Amino acid sequence: MNCPECDATLNIPADASVGEIISCPDCGADFEIAKKDGSNVELKQAETVGEDWGE
Amino acid sequence: MSKVCIVFDRLRTEEKMLQKEAVALGHDALMLDAKITQIDTDSKKEDFDLGDVVLERCVSYFRGLHFTASLEFMDIPVLNKFKVANTCGNKMFMTLLLKKNNIPTPKTYFSFSSDSAAENLEKVGFPLVIKPVIGSWGRGVMPLKDKDTMEAVFEIRDITDSPHDRIYYLQELIQRPPRDIRVITVGDEPIAAMYRKSSGGFKTNIALGADPEICEITKEMEDMASKASKAMGGGILGIDMMEDDQRGLVVHEVNNTVEFKGLARVAQRNIPKEMIEYALNYVRR
Repeated sequence: MNCPECDATLNIPADASVGEIISCPDCGADFEIAKKDGSNVELKQAETVGEDWGE
Repeated sequence: MSKVCIVFDRLRTEEKMLQKEAVALGHDALMLDAKITQIDTDSKKEDFDLGDVVLERCVSYFRGLHFTASLEFMDIPVLNKFKVANTCGNKMFMTLLLKKNNIPTPKTYFSFSSDSAAENLEKVGFPLVIKPVIGSWGRGVMPLKDKDTMEAVFEIRDITDSPHDRIYYLQELIQRPPRDIRVITVGDEPIAAMYRKSSGGFKTNIALGADPEICEITKEMEDMASKASKAMGGGILGIDMMEDDQRGLVVHEVNNTVEFKGLARVAQRNIPKEMIEYALNYVRR
């Protein structure tokens, strides 16, 4: 699968789950796995760090 | 067999560790993304399959807090409870409750406008540490060492003027070794602790690069962590302490959605396993 931002190849581990974040090794953009059905993966733009994030 | 539901908004190592331990214990683990869940005022417990108990693990504090409120509305057992999350998520509420329960905590000054905070700071004297009442990972925490720094910080706050910026939480700067202590409590029992060593500045947040090192839980730490957990209302918490040169241990923070992946790698006890077992026992009681 390619990065929607820069078209670099994204390495998505086979055991990755919905909700996990995938970072593009080239442009650094973060994507969240929105859907996963076998090797079919749907990505969406990951949320940026919010003021209320963290413990 | 029981079922544990883990609510998340960003699936981190911690949530995957909890899922893995639940399965290893022979239970079902349901992962629920809060971002795509819809609830309304007619929602009933029966409308959702959330298992026996929910562990709220959202990285966004407000998302997790409001999600918890809606779960409690439907009488779905959730950890931590809304009241605990609400208190721990606000440094002022948390500090007041620590003090009310006679738990040693740094002296903290509250003001409700920049003018009043400036007046108090000049009266008390520099330095004091300013902290946002809502916030984490050490962001916005800074020592105000002189009048120039204070005026610059207060001016920025007046310009940004978010609702919580109007609450001034100023704390004494504790004289201590360049580290603090994080104790994880599960059901008021301390199960693991680490020193977080500063990477140069005065902050000791792991998120900012502080070095974690395993810490043996002393009787004093155990008592203080347990008391702090009880004061907040119990559940699964991260109690932060500093070693004051004069007074000994002081509790400066209690964390609600505790991060534990670093400590879990070196702790003797299995942290995620203890959390799952506690959550299931919590609903069996």
